[in-house]
Amino acid sequence: MGLLSLFAKARPALQRLPAGSMTVDRDGQIVTSTVSSTYPVDVLEKIAGEVLRLFQEARQAHLPLTEFRIHFASLQITAREARGGAIIFLTPSAPL
Amino acid sequence: MDAPHKILILDDDPAILDLYKEWLSQLPSKPDIEISNNGARAMALLEAEPYRLLICDLKMPKMDGLQVLSIVRRRFPELRTVVMTGVEDEEFRSRAYALGVDLFWLKPDTHQNMQMFLECIESLLGRDAQSGFRGIQNKSLMDILQMECLSQSSTVFRITRGSLVGKIWILNGDLIDAETEGARGEVAFRRILEWKSGTFETLPAEADRERTIFKSINALLLEAAQAIDETGGSGTGESNEEVDHRKTVWRLATLTREGGEWVVSLPHDVAGAAEGWGTHSANEFSNWMRSATESIKRLGEQIEAGPWSHIQAQNFERKLIMMPSKNKNFLVAWPPAADSSGIFEKSKKLVSSWDS
Repeated sequence: MGLLSLFAKARPALQRLPAGSMTVDRDGQIVTSTVSSTYPVDVLEKIAGEVLRLFQEARQAHLPLTEFRIHFASLQITAREARGGAIIFLTPSAPL
Repeated sequence: MDAPHKILILDDDPAILDLYKEWLSQLPSKPDIEISNNGARAMALLEAEPYRLLICDLKMPKMDGLQVLSIVRRRFPELRTVVMTGVEDEEFRSRAYALGVDLFWLKPDTHQNMQMFLECIESLLGRDAQSGFRGIQNKSLMDILQMECLSQSSTVFRITRGSLVGKIWILNGDLIDAETEGARGEVAFRRILEWKSGTFETLPAEADRERTIFKSINALLLEAAQAIDETGGSGTGESNEEVDHRKTVWRLATLTREGGEWVVSLPHDVAGAAEGWGTHSANEFSNWMRSATESIKRLGEQIEAGPWSHIQAQNFERKLIMMPSKNKNFLVAWPPAADSSGIFEKSKKLVSSWDS
């Protein structure tokens, strides 16, 4: 029995890639989201924070951006600037 | 047959530009003439290919003529420069000459004046085709120094090459000191001797100058000549500066051919300095590149989305592609009308050729 319980131990869950869109305000708070509610909100907030940071630092470098798209191997993050906040689209290249 | 010299005319008045272009195209040497109505575009043109002469107005919006000339002096020391202005002010004249312009000319108001101006331009185009110091063509600095020492002179040479200034002290035919860019003595002397062309002036002797060089002039010149021979024998004979210049011209030509606006590269090494081609804001843009790279890395790790291949961005003025290569990140700017799907492939091609 002990052997079986060893195999029954919880394995780290495979995190799905986020898919959907969300709007965030200028403070990084998520206003609306179509991303699955099973996806961790804190990760979405981190994505929102980094996106806003990218826009803000581009402005500081006198390179204000209206839109950008980050291409990862398995996900694209598209962000459009919206009055200090942003609309963010998360598109997995190969959804699980 | 030699290619015609290229002249760039910079003036914010389009009518003046057309007029000068027409006049200058009648010069006997039939130079190629380009025009620009602002300093930024003039800089881009100068970086894209070698010009012989820049004719520059002083009063212009955004970047005035003195600003342009100060950048030009630093970046293109070989370029001849002429100020052609309606500003009759002694202060501007002396400031322009202090920036090393070859000619300061008030905008001609008579036909005779115009003829004289054209003759001066023709003369400037023809002069100094080979290396040598202005005033004594086809004589190297070594020749000039030898002549001074053989004649047991006492003098001070002030030598200028673009923004670089050096001084060499000679007392009773002995070389006693040299100074340039924070270096002194033999080091400074060797550095000055590497300059292949420039201008020099003789200043009054300074008998009380402290002596820092004790070797004979012949010994020092021999050492310098050997060093130059060794450098020349090991490769193509080009100095590092020439090689860098050639690379820059080639890169800008590639960028222009592909239709790009500018490129900034930033080494992965934190201590590495950013380089820019076609832009003067390389440092500013590199700040964003650095922070964007950090953000993207954090995101990639957090989401487990794998490595990033590139970031595509845009605003109302341009489209941008940032992508990593082996040692650097590159930010390539394209015009707003550029085809979004095509610029990624073009950027990839540019980056791989520039980085190789």
